[in-house]
Formats: sequence, structure tokens, C-alpha cells
Amino acid sequence: MINYILRRLIQAAICLFGISIIVFLLSHLSGDPALLMAPPEAKPEDIQALRVVLGLDKPLYVQFWMFISKAVQGDFGQSIRWGKPCLELWLMRFPNTLLLGGAAMAFTFVVGIPTGILSAVKAGRWFDNFGKAFALAGQSMPVFWVGLMLMLLFAVALGWLPTSGMGTWQHLLMPAFTLGWYFTAAITRMSRSAMLDVLDSEYIKMARIKGLPEYVVILKHGFRNAMIPIVTLAALNIVTLLNGTVITETVFNWPGIGLLIVNSIFARDYPMVQTCVLIASALFIFTNLIVDVLYAYIDPRIKYQ
Amino acid sequence: MISNDNILVVQDLKTYFYTSRGVVKAVDGVSFELKKGETLGLVGESGCGKSITCFSIIRLVPPPAGHIVGGKVLLHGEDLLIKSEKEMTRIRGSRITMILQDPMMSLNPLFTIGEQIAEPIRYHQKLGKLEVWEKVKEMLRLVHIPSPEVRMGEYPHQMSGGMRQRISGAMTLSCQPEILIADEPTTALDVTIQAQFLSLLKEIQQKVNLSMIVVTHDFGIVARICDRVAVMYAGKIVESAETRELFNNPAHPYTVALLNSLPKMEEKVDKLYSIEGQPPELHALPPGCSFAPRCPQVKEICLRDFPSQKEITLDHYASCWLHG
Amino acid sequence: MLNSLSISETEETGRVSERFRRIRFRDIIRGVPWIPVTILVIFLVCGLFGSFITPHDPLKTDLRAVKKPPFFQQAGDMKYLLGTDAIGRDILSRIITGAGVSLQVGFAVVVFAGALGALVALLSAYLGGWVDTILMRITDMFLSMPYLIILIALAAVLGPSKNNVILIMAVLGWAGYARVLRSEVLRIKNADFIKLAIVARAGKARIMFQHIFPNIINTLVVLATLQLGNVIIMESSLSFLGLGVPPPEPAWGSMVADGRIIMNTAWWVSTWPGIAIMLVVLSSNLLGDWLRLRLDPKFRQL
Repeated sequence: MINYILRRLIQAAICLFGISIIVFLLSHLSGDPALLMAPPEAKPEDIQALRVVLGLDKPLYVQFWMFISKAVQGDFGQSIRWGKPCLELWLMRFPNTLLLGGAAMAFTFVVGIPTGILSAVKAGRWFDNFGKAFALAGQSMPVFWVGLMLMLLFAVALGWLPTSGMGTWQHLLMPAFTLGWYFTAAITRMSRSAMLDVLDSEYIKMARIKGLPEYVVILKHGFRNAMIPIVTLAALNIVTLLNGTVITETVFNWPGIGLLIVNSIFARDYPMVQTCVLIASALFIFTNLIVDVLYAYIDPRIKYQ
Repeated sequence: MISNDNILVVQDLKTYFYTSRGVVKAVDGVSFELKKGETLGLVGESGCGKSITCFSIIRLVPPPAGHIVGGKVLLHGEDLLIKSEKEMTRIRGSRITMILQDPMMSLNPLFTIGEQIAEPIRYHQKLGKLEVWEKVKEMLRLVHIPSPEVRMGEYPHQMSGGMRQRISGAMTLSCQPEILIADEPTTALDVTIQAQFLSLLKEIQQKVNLSMIVVTHDFGIVARICDRVAVMYAGKIVESAETRELFNNPAHPYTVALLNSLPKMEEKVDKLYSIEGQPPELHALPPGCSFAPRCPQVKEICLRDFPSQKEITLDHYASCWLHG
Repeated sequence: MLNSLSISETEETGRVSERFRRIRFRDIIRGVPWIPVTILVIFLVCGLFGSFITPHDPLKTDLRAVKKPPFFQQAGDMKYLLGTDAIGRDILSRIITGAGVSLQVGFAVVVFAGALGALVALLSAYLGGWVDTILMRITDMFLSMPYLIILIALAAVLGPSKNNVILIMAVLGWAGYARVLRSEVLRIKNADFIKLAIVARAGKARIMFQHIFPNIINTLVVLATLQLGNVIIMESSLSFLGLGVPPPEPAWGSMVADGRIIMNTAWWVSTWPGIAIMLVVLSSNLLGDWLRLRLDPKFRQL
């Protein structure tokens, strides 16, 4: 088990390293970063001074090393737009996104998994058709549109919920629903498909042959075996949630890191953008890692590989 | 020790599958009897309906396409086909049980072996926790698994194929069923292990006076452990007799052909013999005898009417126009 | 006894490569889901021949016909079936033209990403060894990136343009194809007909492209169809944020963004483009599902 964890950790580190190279090159992609970051009225000498301060006169690999070593210590530079350390800004906004994400995930698991599993158990009957239609429609709508339509209905037309911002639980409702929408649809499909596969297997037949009551067959043998692919796929797809936060927070003006990224991009605040992308990637990679480890715990076969 | 009482009587069992291609008559009027302590072999090519017959007996025909549409299955005189699902659940595993072909797939990879053997005991018998585990160990010893205390906590993937099949046996026999149906129990095993497993089955049978139905396509197995044999073709039983009698005097041309396909060590042949043609499509059966298109001794009447079962000699039945 | 019965004539093996079913057109046509296909064809026609079908010039503004509601509402007009936006442009015409944009980007990305992914899969799975390890590490790296975030960052850095969008999405998207196709190639690699080809001294490139590739096309097509919807959604998200296809070319995403500010008074401006997106994505998803069932019923894990 320990071996497995170590292996995965090393893999994760390599992944992250690769991504950091890309992230580092981001600001260099569209030309001279100093030029981009300097105010428009700056004189050439000022720009040159800025270059020295930013270390841009040094060779690329030295810059990269500086970037990495500082990042590891938590120094991601200063935000150009807000003048504060990037990490600090990020940490300020992160809890908001966490709240939103948590609410969305709760919605997803509570609604999505049971719907999918029930669909599989009652395959072919009306519930299944309803579940399939719901899942399919859900996955075909872009998140920003879902959010706007919800806003149209509940805020503009009915006036029940506020259109934007954060504050009360009413503010949380629509963004969480929007963020969770796509993921719920996806999970319903996955759960259904995983459960169907499991229900087809020999050990389910065997469980019935042994005379176990049907609910035991489905819950003990069916559900637990189906949970493995469901949890794997679900966790691997948590990134869609992360992706979704960008759009959802923009639509509802929710002050989280999604909105932060978008604002930073439009403000050409490259240090902030780099910070956000790097941390988001790290989050994703390590979530995957945790998922893999959990998976190995649930399914004893993996440990022995 | 075979008594004279019939423990299981199957009468005119019919199981059809309703598919987009038509009605597949997987089991079309199958009748046979099983005496207490007897081993009945059910032989035939793939797709002839032997497995479905077995699943029909315990009413585990897969919905929504499959339905048992007629017949009776009498266990000690009680018809299983009219029992409620709740009653059937109690009967399965405790009075009639089954082992499947592939031992790896029959065991749930996520649960320990001990747990999987304990399950039916818990649901069918009121025993205390410790007693259940004692029973599990006892079952493991019955099927000759060494160090049962250790093995109990292990997982299926840690065992060999032969051991897994024995564990399947332990799992299903734990509640002392009266009838064991074995669906191609040795097909997925190595040849060397097959003989071992068959001996084990025989040994258990004698110990607990079990009645068995063994489904197989291998006459070798039939010769080894079956007292009676029934030969199936396209959903019907075409011949049944005591094993020795069938081997010595096969009456139905299909049985003759099957026996001929067994390569004999003493004879040297240029080509291995096999039966001409293909088994019929079960949703488009020809009228008359289903074997007629492939039968070397076909007569005109065979193409028109299905021959009813006749007793040829004592306790030897066949459905063929060659015999009246 | 042997003489009275003849010898079997069953020779059902035939050419070994036919074990992997060649799909005949007749097989495909049976059971086609006509509604999704029709919808897709309609949008395809819009995309290809948009300029001939649009009732109005999608770029022309008419400040006298600003914010007109769709024809079924009270202040509506049959002239502007779906209404107009804040500067008087006809929504229907813009949606028809926008179809071209979305489908162009969609197909381009899917083709490039698919081709690249297939290439990586072939090389990786067939050549094996360190080639496989390196390519798979790179694939993993691309798969572990938060797609939309990097997409946005790159789009911002490179500047909004249709070609940039296609480029970035292709470069980020091939990894998914590579991973799935790699397992396919691994599966096929051990088939008998490949071994026969090796024995016949066929070169590696030839085996990869002439023998293995035709057998993964099925999977590739299914993946591509299923991905088309995703790509369109991503592109429209980018356009919504202003980082995708830039004005004045009408993109469904930017149309929704335009309507956002005037949602209180003109609900239709944001609604219709979203419905268009949903129809196209839904249809391609349904088509992809059906293709998956058709081409390999054991596929359900995708």
C-alpha cells in the first residue's frame, strides 16, 4: 500500500512539473512580459528597469528555476491589478469557491447516484426513460446558459432569488444548482451504466442462487461493486466542477477563484493567472491521487498489482 | 444410494424468450425425473437449452425477455412454478442450489471467501455468529481446502481456479440442499483439476445423499459420474436412459452422432468426425423433428410431425420415428 | 459407423481479419435515430449555406428595430421571427450564421485532436517500451490539466480568434482520444491477423496504418461524435467570456453574452442561441450513443 502511494506521488510530482513549465511559459507566449505588465505611459528605461526587477534579463531556465523555487515556498509574486501577494488573494477567495463546490457536489451525489442506480435496477421502465432523458438533456446544455435561464426564471420573472453575489443561502441556490447540473447528469449516466454492468455479472446470479433477498443482492453485491467505477469516474470528473466554477462564478458574480481567474485574465495580471492555473492543476492532480488511493482501499485487487 | 422416490419431477417445462427476431423457444416441453441420491446428466450442444432448463427450475430466467410459459416443476410434489417469489428465495440456496461454470466470475471480488460462504447460512439458518463461522470452516474442510481459518479471510483473486470452484461448492452446499445443479462445472478448469473436482462432487454426494443434475457437453464426465443421462436438442429432450444403456445402445441418431464424435484412442482416423450442418435457429424451428435437417436417417414423416416419446427398452426413452 | 455419416462441412472462419466486423452500409441504416440526424443536417445546411438562407444580413444593424421580441409576442413582427438584439440585428439570421461558426470549430477540433490522439495511440501501444512510457506520461499530464482554465488562459494570451480557438482546443484535446484508442490498439495488437502480417514481414508503419488503424476507426468515430458536443459547448463558453470567436462574426456563445445585460427587458436574445447549442449538442450526443451501440455493444463503459 505504501509502495503504491509513493509511486503515485512521484507520478503526480512529474505531472505537476510538466504543467508548471507550461504555466511559466504562458506569460512569455505573447511577447515581452515587461511590456505587457508596464503601464502604457512607461518610458523605455522604466521598462528595462522593470525587466531587471522581474529577472527577465536572465536566461529562461534561470527564470524558471526562480519561479519554481519561489512557488514552492508559497511566493507567487505580486498581483499587478491588486498589488497584493497572489497567494494571499487566492486564499481569500478560495473558501467561497469551496462553499459553492461543496453545495454543488452534495446536490450531485444526492440526486445523481441514486437516480442512476435506480434507473439501472428498473431498466427499461418509465423511471429509466425519465432518468436517461434527464441525464442526456443535462449534458447537452452549456453551463452559462443554464445559469442564465435559471436567473431568468427565478430572479427576473419570479423574483424569488437574487441574481448575483454572495450572502444568504438564497444566493447559493442557483449557482450551486448550475454548477452541479452538468456533473449530476454525467453521474446519473455513469451510475446507470456501472450498475447495469454489475447486475449482468455472474456473482449477482450467484447471490440470487444462494437465495439472498433481492435487496441484499442489489445493495450489498450490486451497489458496492458498482461504486468502484462510479467513484473513480466521479472523482476523475470533479475537474468538470472546477472548470464549471469559472463560468458559474462569472455568470452569478460569485466571488470565488473562478471569477478571480477571469478578472485577472482580462486585467492582464499574469502573475495572478499563473498562480490560479498552477494551484488549480495541483488541486486536480492531488485529488486524483487521493481518489486512486481510496480506490485501492475499496478494491483489494489493486493493492497487489 | 439411489432411492426409488422422485425428489424432482419436471413436466413439460416451456421457457420462451421474446426477442425482436421472434419467439425463441429455448426450452420446449422438457420432462424428466430425478430420484433422490441420483446424478442426472443433461447433455447437448451449446444453445440446446440445458442451462436455461436449470435456471427455469429455480426460476431465475432473466427478464424482461425470458418467461416460463408452461409446465410444472415438482419438488417433493410441490409445484415450484406457482410459488411466490418470497418462497422461492427461501428455497434457493437451501433446498435447491446451483454452481456455475466460471468460478472466477461467480465470486464477488470485493468480499472475503468466508463472507461469501457465510451469507446463505445467515439468511437461511438461525445460527449465532460463532456458529456461522464454524459452519464456514466445516464447509471449507468438506471441499478439502486446507487451513480454513486462514483461507476464510482471503479474497477470490488469491486462489487458484480449482480452489475457487471448490469454494463455489462450499458456498452453495452450506445449507444442506437436497438438489445440486452443476452447470458445466469443470469446463473452465484445467484438465488435471477436472477429475479431482468430479471426485469431490461424488464424495460429497455420498456423504450427504445429494441429488445432482450435471449439465455438460462432455460425455467423459457423463461416464464418470452420471447415473442417468438425458440428451437435449433444440430445447427438447430427445433421449434419456441409464448411462451404461445409453452408451451401449444409443437410439436417437443425434445421440449416435454425438457418441461418434468422441475420438477413440484405439482407432486411427484421417479426419475427426463431426455432425453435418448447424444447430437450428431457435426462433425459426422447422416443423416436425428439429434434428431432421441434419439426420442421416431422416424419413418423410420426420419432416412433418414431431415424434413423441416412446419407451424403447426398460427405462430407456427416445423421441424418434425410427422407433415407432 | 464412420462411413454412414458424412464429414462436417462447416468452415466458418473465412479470412481471419474479418473477425473484426466490417460495417456494411445496410447495417448502419437500420434503426438510425432520425430526429437527431435531421437536426444535425439542418444545422449543417445552415452552416454551409447560411448566407443564402438568412432572411436578413446577420451583421446589419437597424436602430429602428432594436430589441424587438419574437413573433409570437405582442410587439413582435413576422419580419424578425425570433426577435432582434440591442442594436437591431436579426436573431434568427445570426443563429443560422452562428451554426457555421460552431460547426466549423467543432469539426476542425475533433478531426485534429482525433488524428493526433490516434497517432499517439498507435505509436505508443504498438511500439511499446520507452516510447509508450514517455507518450503516456505526456498524455497523463495533458489529462490532468484543468481543461477550461488552461483553455481560457491560453486563449487570453494568444488573443481571441477562430483559428486560435481551434488550435488550442486541438492541442489540449487529443489526450482523451489517445488514452482510449491506446487500449484498443493494445487489444488488437495481439490478434492473429497482426501476427500473420508480422510473419509476412510487413514493416511497422505498414502494420500500424494499414492493419491496425482501420480497426480503431469505429472507436474513433464514436469518440469524435461524442466529443463534438463538448467542443461546441467549450467554444461557446469561450465566446461567452469574450475569448473565443470575436465579433462581428456571430457566435452563439457571444450572442448569449450580449443578451445577458438586457435580460430584464429582452429575454429572447440569450435564450434562442442557447437552445440552438442544446439542440446541436443533444443531437450529436444521441447520434454518438447510437453509433456506440451499433459499432460495439460491449462499449458501455465509455
